Amino acid sequence: MLGEGLLKGLAETARNFAGSFVSEERLTTVQYPEERVAPIENTRDFPFLVYDGDDWHAGMRCVACQICEKECPPKCIYIEKSKDKKPDFTGKPQIYPARFDIDISVCMSCQICVEVCPFEAIKMDTEFELSTTDRFGGLLLDKKQLSRSNEHYHKIHPTEAAEVDARLAEEKAKAEAKAKAAAAAKAAAPVAAPAKPAAEAGKPAAAPKPEGPAASPQKAAENKPESPAKAEQGGASGS
Amino acid sequence: MIEKLDQVFILLRDWLVQFLPADWQAIAATVLNVIAIIAVFPTLFAIVTVMERKGLGRMQNRFGPNRVGPFGLFQPVADGIKALTKEDVVPLCADTVVHFLAPLVLVVAVFMGFSVLPMGRNMVLADMDAGLLFFFAMGASTELSVFMAGWSSRNKYSLLGAMRAVAQMISYEVPLLMSSLAAVMTAGSLSLSRIVDAQNRYTFGLPHWYVFTPWGFAGLVLFSIAAMAETNRSPFDLPEGESEIVAGYFTEYSGFKFALFFLGEYVGMFSIAGLGATLFLGGWSAPLAILKWVPSWIWFFGKLMVAMCLFIWIRGTMPRLRQDQLMNFAWKFVIPMTLVNLLVAALWRFIGPGWTRWVVCWAILIGVYVLMGETILRKRHLGPRSYRYAE
Repeated sequence: MLGEGLLKGLAETARNFAGSFVSEERLTTVQYPEERVAPIENTRDFPFLVYDGDDWHAGMRCVACQICEKECPPKCIYIEKSKDKKPDFTGKPQIYPARFDIDISVCMSCQICVEVCPFEAIKMDTEFELSTTDRFGGLLLDKKQLSRSNEHYHKIHPTEAAEVDARLAEEKAKAEAKAKAAAAAKAAAPVAAPAKPAAEAGKPAAAPKPEGPAASPQKAAENKPESPAKAEQGGASGS
Repeated sequence: MIEKLDQVFILLRDWLVQFLPADWQAIAATVLNVIAIIAVFPTLFAIVTVMERKGLGRMQNRFGPNRVGPFGLFQPVADGIKALTKEDVVPLCADTVVHFLAPLVLVVAVFMGFSVLPMGRNMVLADMDAGLLFFFAMGASTELSVFMAGWSSRNKYSLLGAMRAVAQMISYEVPLLMSSLAAVMTAGSLSLSRIVDAQNRYTFGLPHWYVFTPWGFAGLVLFSIAAMAETNRSPFDLPEGESEIVAGYFTEYSGFKFALFFLGEYVGMFSIAGLGATLFLGGWSAPLAILKWVPSWIWFFGKLMVAMCLFIWIRGTMPRLRQDQLMNFAWKFVIPMTLVNLLVAALWRFIGPGWTRWVVCWAILIGVYVLMGETILRKRHLGPRSYRYAE
């Protein structure tokens, strides 16, 4: 019969109309600024720089190796190396970025910088309320604005952050063991190799040189097939 | 007291007018009437837009606007401010004068329709003998403004929208007129106040509204379909189909001119809903004899709002038609049905009172409806669409 479908449709919309007043489940709208859905773990938008501890500058993991700058497809990262060095999480002196800017108006959230970083220093944030009244300066974030604590990283991506922490702890343990072994060897045979301390004389701390190369095979052992070469590169430019 | 409440607007006008010299009183009274119409319907438009957006939202299980003011009730104020402060862009190649005039012509033509509508007892601006004719003449001139807008914009979408609008409005003008003819035939007058008076009688407390007769019911349904098409209302909103031709004939309008088109469209809906209520639902007369004490204008505006709710409900339900479906529906279903309805109305008149006319009229109407429905449905081509020239 003609018009049957129309009546059925009218009944359906009437049911929706009345039902939306009766049952709250029908209304799927989240009233955004007041209530919000917790972001899912794999959410990502723009990169941030991770730091350990409380001081964002002292704890910054970035060693200004510039791999991310080179790999960034839209070239939105700008890094200047520092002239001096500061100790990294293992205690080894490293160059740090004197300047680290990301223009998030250019960034396309591809996460390539995160994937290439051998130092777990750059990660993706979930902060999306970035609107600003200054579209040039306001969207060009410097390293202070980019810094987020490791706790923040744990909060937004718990699984990934736990993996990263485990990896870093292992690395640190290895480095410490190596340092201890080297120190022991040095103590056992102080005159055995006179050339080595002479070579290391210029360095301020007593961190052993083979740390960089030692880290890469260990990294390769973990399921990160692309990292040895990169780590090598990073280590080379880092030390 | 009750009678005073019923005539409150008339009394108020007369009280205001008495302060003027006698020569001016007639003119001042008319001006006051016009001001009242021009004030009431845009206010109603503001209320209905927010009602529509909230209602549609609920039909789609959303909240609808709920930010501006309590329950989002001040949304139209925000919209109005937005429309007023927006830049008024006129295309470089547009015919500036016509482009400017089109929304004005629409709004003027639409408001003229109200001059003959009786909105309550004694509440009619110009009680013409040929009021219905005047109303349809004014309704038809909205087509002119639509085409002015589409043509002067110098935009393909605008022109397509205007052409669609003119084709659609002319096609549906015929059933609109013919479905209201049934009421005119029975009332024996083109004057809308006399049509209301003819329905304002009661038997056993029930009114003599035309909608309670077979031809009146069919007439109201056909009238509503044609009215929806006349006002470019969904599911007949092809002239402004957003998904196909941006906004149709008012694509190139912005700022307050756009708001005027929007206003014109809604006020057109009010006027045609008011006409439908007047012709078939007894205008300002009460639905039951015991409710006669309620002021007449409340009934008129109540019926208007019910009609608007129906429009909104249908808009929330039905998808847009295709152009060929629209035309087929008009010429192959609605117009034949209105012709049959005229015949039925004539039979109703000449068979005379008694149960025979009920049986005969309903039998004819339902029989024709079922038969025509079956023909339409039989011709429906279901299944994958085939393309002759593409691919």
